[in-house]
Amino acid sequence: MRLVVNGTPREADVREHESLLTVLRERLGLPGSKNACEQGECGSCSVLVDGELVCSCLVLAAAADGRRVETVEALGSAERPHPVQRAFVEAGAVQCGFCTPGFVVAAAALLRENPEPTDAEIREALAGNICRCTGYGTILDAVRRAARITT
Amino acid sequence: MSLFSYTKPRALSEALRLLRGGATALAGGTDLVTLVRHGVARPERLVDLTGIEGLRGWSREKGKGIRIGALTPLADLETSAQLAKLLPIVRESLRDAATPQIRNVGTVGGNLLQRNRCWYFRDEGVPCWLKGGTRCFAVDGESRYHAVVGAHECWMVSPSDLAPALIACDAEIEVASSLGRRRMKLADLFVAPQGKRRREHALREGELVAAVRVPEGALERRGTYLKAMERKAWSFAIVSVAASARIREGRARDVRVVLGGVAPVPWRVAAAEKQLEGTALDDNACLAAADTLLDGATPLRDNGYKVTLARELVRRALRSLAG
Ligand SMILES: Cc1cc2nc3c(=O)[nH]c(=O)nc-3n(C[C@H](O)[C@H](O)[C@H](O)COP(=O)(O)OP(=O)(O)OC[C@H]3O[C@@H](n4cnc5c(N)ncnc54)[C@H](O)[C@@H]3O)c2cc1C
Ligand code: SF4
Ligand code: FES
Ligand code: FES
Repeated sequence: MRLVVNGTPREADVREHESLLTVLRERLGLPGSKNACEQGECGSCSVLVDGELVCSCLVLAAAADGRRVETVEALGSAERPHPVQRAFVEAGAVQCGFCTPGFVVAAAALLRENPEPTDAEIREALAGNICRCTGYGTILDAVRRAARITT
Repeated sequence: MSLFSYTKPRALSEALRLLRGGATALAGGTDLVTLVRHGVARPERLVDLTGIEGLRGWSREKGKGIRIGALTPLADLETSAQLAKLLPIVRESLRDAATPQIRNVGTVGGNLLQRNRCWYFRDEGVPCWLKGGTRCFAVDGESRYHAVVGAHECWMVSPSDLAPALIACDAEIEVASSLGRRRMKLADLFVAPQGKRRREHALREGELVAAVRVPEGALERRGTYLKAMERKAWSFAIVSVAASARIREGRARDVRVVLGGVAPVPWRVAAAEKQLEGTALDDNACLAAADTLLDGATPLRDNGYKVTLARELVRRALRSLAG
């Protein structure tokens, strides 16, 4: 299959039954998207496919053939973090960090479409992501912060 | 995960030919991929319907109501301001359905045809009745989320939020197969598993749902959707109520009340609706109708609370139509 991942055309040999998440993590060396529930409940595998937020654990790799995929790796790196990543760290919204990539992708997707979201809109947009450690208060705070940085 | 082949045809006719040959339809995959991963579904061939032109999107034809393509993502319905004006009940039903990620990918057809969420069903290791075994494990097991009414051998509940809302709008579906097309009431798509029929849907071999149609008349009725959940964010309905009616001079006409989460099918009782005709949807009328709807309910060990909850939710939904 062929994909454009984070702007670069890639090719991967996939088995019919693999998910996009498996392909990203195991075939393309992009472990940023996390693998937790594998049934759409936690959002830690969130990526953008053709610009849309999806759970990559529920997308069949074959069905992603020819699509444009953006993962958390495209947003920023340790040296050059994305404003959303910076805001998460500053707001203390990262504890174990497992859920963070998923939240960051979901929040970045929100801010791309809606640079000044209300709290209700933030909650709504992040409703598909679960954090077992920090309160949602700090995460909300992080997204508000990120909105301020980016606007 | 079991092995299967995968094809993504562009033409509906090609998809129908493959389905006729025994292949399984794949839409957004948000339900099917998990079922396959957990070994509950074991398709040999998948036909991805998302590449087919003409099954995606919705439109209004004057005088003919609304037609929604079966491959339309749930998010497209939920975020459309135009549809929210025409048919607010649809947006209400989708707002708390699943998550933004799943609504972006999950489709209308897939939502209606998703399999049930009984935990024994979803556990590959449990050979329950619906999967060909001899007994239902919910009957004397963990039954918090199971049916209270309308069950026969299997006590699962119909999980879709969209189904009760669309049934309250008198929706029909267009069903296609390589043999032709037929129309049926959406309500008739859902069947309680019973006897030799160990399934939840009435589609025949080789058929797919091509579109949902809502007749013009339903656009003139007021509608509402209420959903009781265990948590605030995504979760399936414990109980939900879709209600619609035409209100003339404070009196209700053409009332529809459909319950989700209480029975193996979206639960509707003609006598309850008839009873509400011409009333002002006052508390007494609403509760009496709720009692008719739940008449004969026989809760299992853990789910008696659903009857109380449904009764109150019906009252609230109907009251809000009046107000
Ligand atoms: C975490 C989570 C929470 C959820 N919460 C809710 C909720 O609160 N409310 C709710 O209503 N739903 C909920 N869902 C279910 C979700 O809405 C469905 O998974 C989704 O709508 C299925 O659509 P799909 O296109 O992905 O279907 P698929 O997974 O592709 O298909 C589902 C089934 O339908 C069949 N099928 C699909 N399209 C057609 C067609 N056109 N004709 C014939 N057969 C077809 C497939 O063969 C398959 O058996 C939840 C799901 C998850 C994972
Ligand atoms: S309710 Fe239905 S699906 Fe669940 S254990 Fe009983 S027979 Fe199986
Ligand atoms: S791993 Fe995909 S949603 Fe949890
Ligand atoms: S920081 Fe640990 S799950 Fe969110």
